[in-house]
Amino acid sequence: MSRQSNRTTDNKKMNSELFTLTYGALVTQLCKDYENDEEVNKQLDKMGYNIGVRMIEDFLARSSVGRCQDFRETADVIAKVAFKMYLGVTPSVTNWSPAGDEFSLILETNPLVDFVELPDNHNALVYSNLLCGVLRGALEMVQMAVDVRFAQDTLRGDNVTEIRMKFIKRIEENLPAGDE
Amino acid sequence: MAIFSVYVVNKAGGLIYQYDSYVPRAEAEKTFSYPLDLVLKTHDEKVIVSFGQRDGIRVGHAVLSINGVDVVGKNTAEGKEVVEYLKDSSNYPVSIRFGRARLSSNEKLMLASMFHSLFAIGSQLSPEVGSSGIEVLETDMFKLHCFQTLTGIKFIVLADPRQSGIDALLRKIYEIYSDFALKNPFYSLEMPIRCELFDLNLKSALEVAEKAGNFGPGS
Repeated sequence: MSRQSNRTTDNKKMNSELFTLTYGALVTQLCKDYENDEEVNKQLDKMGYNIGVRMIEDFLARSSVGRCQDFRETADVIAKVAFKMYLGVTPSVTNWSPAGDEFSLILETNPLVDFVELPDNHNALVYSNLLCGVLRGALEMVQMAVDVRFAQDTLRGDNVTEIRMKFIKRIEENLPAGDE
Repeated sequence: MAIFSVYVVNKAGGLIYQYDSYVPRAEAEKTFSYPLDLVLKTHDEKVIVSFGQRDGIRVGHAVLSINGVDVVGKNTAEGKEVVEYLKDSSNYPVSIRFGRARLSSNEKLMLASMFHSLFAIGSQLSPEVGSSGIEVLETDMFKLHCFQTLTGIKFIVLADPRQSGIDALLRKIYEIYSDFALKNPFYSLEMPIRCELFDLNLKSALEVAEKAGNFGPGS
């Protein structure tokens, strides 16, 4: 995975296998520590949240996208710009709810789960739950409260990975000036 | 130095980073004999000239050092009150350095919060919704440039009015912040930034901006 940046001197490439191994080590250690799949899911979500609140600034600094005017624009930016920038994959945006407040991101490949198989005793584990936390944390910093969860997971036997995102509300506290 | 200072203000309006790189041009050191023909007064923990003007010393200038030793607030380094010290004729002749007093960190904190409020007022006064807020504040001595991110952090740069390329510099500072402050796991969000790498990279970015006057991709 290479880092896209404007700084020509700073193009660091990292082996994506190292990334997959690191994430795998993280999840297995959490499983050993907590021994409870639900608890591990929660911890992954929390960690993802902490990553998301910092990653959003990096994303905004590097991509110079402006404020999205509606949830559809947000979905497009997440799928086409953010996922591409950080994971190198471009999910498709589908399954819009009639009210336009819920959509699905369909990932053909998920770089986090290369070479991973879930054993039978971890049926409730959502392996890539970190991604849900990241999306939730990042959108909260731009004043959007969302609910993110995995609807389908290739590790559990589905064909594709599907992340369902639902818009809850616009966060009105601590709005940056000029955004009312 | 064409770029004078950089301020970073968090969402709540608190100052989380400040960097000054200017040398005040108006400083004067003179030897005086008794009696002093300038009228001094104590104001806000500083001793300033309230009346009298000569040789580059103006009203409003503060006493910066006496006989080469910096004063501490309104006392000399030994702890005596400056005003009392200068009333005593046995202390003369004395060499005093006057200059524009630097802002203390408390004053900077206050000014940053005040700017944050003014910024909010500026957005509310706007005839159309979705104003960007104050972008440039221009005076004859300096230009203040402000950039507010979508997450509410403000980056403020005070520069020479003729300096160009400050917009690109503000974006560059945003990048440096997202790299060296946010990617440091030990830095907590919204707290004062105490990261050495952030300082170093910020200083080099300022130097590049001053030399080039222009910051583009690939530079």
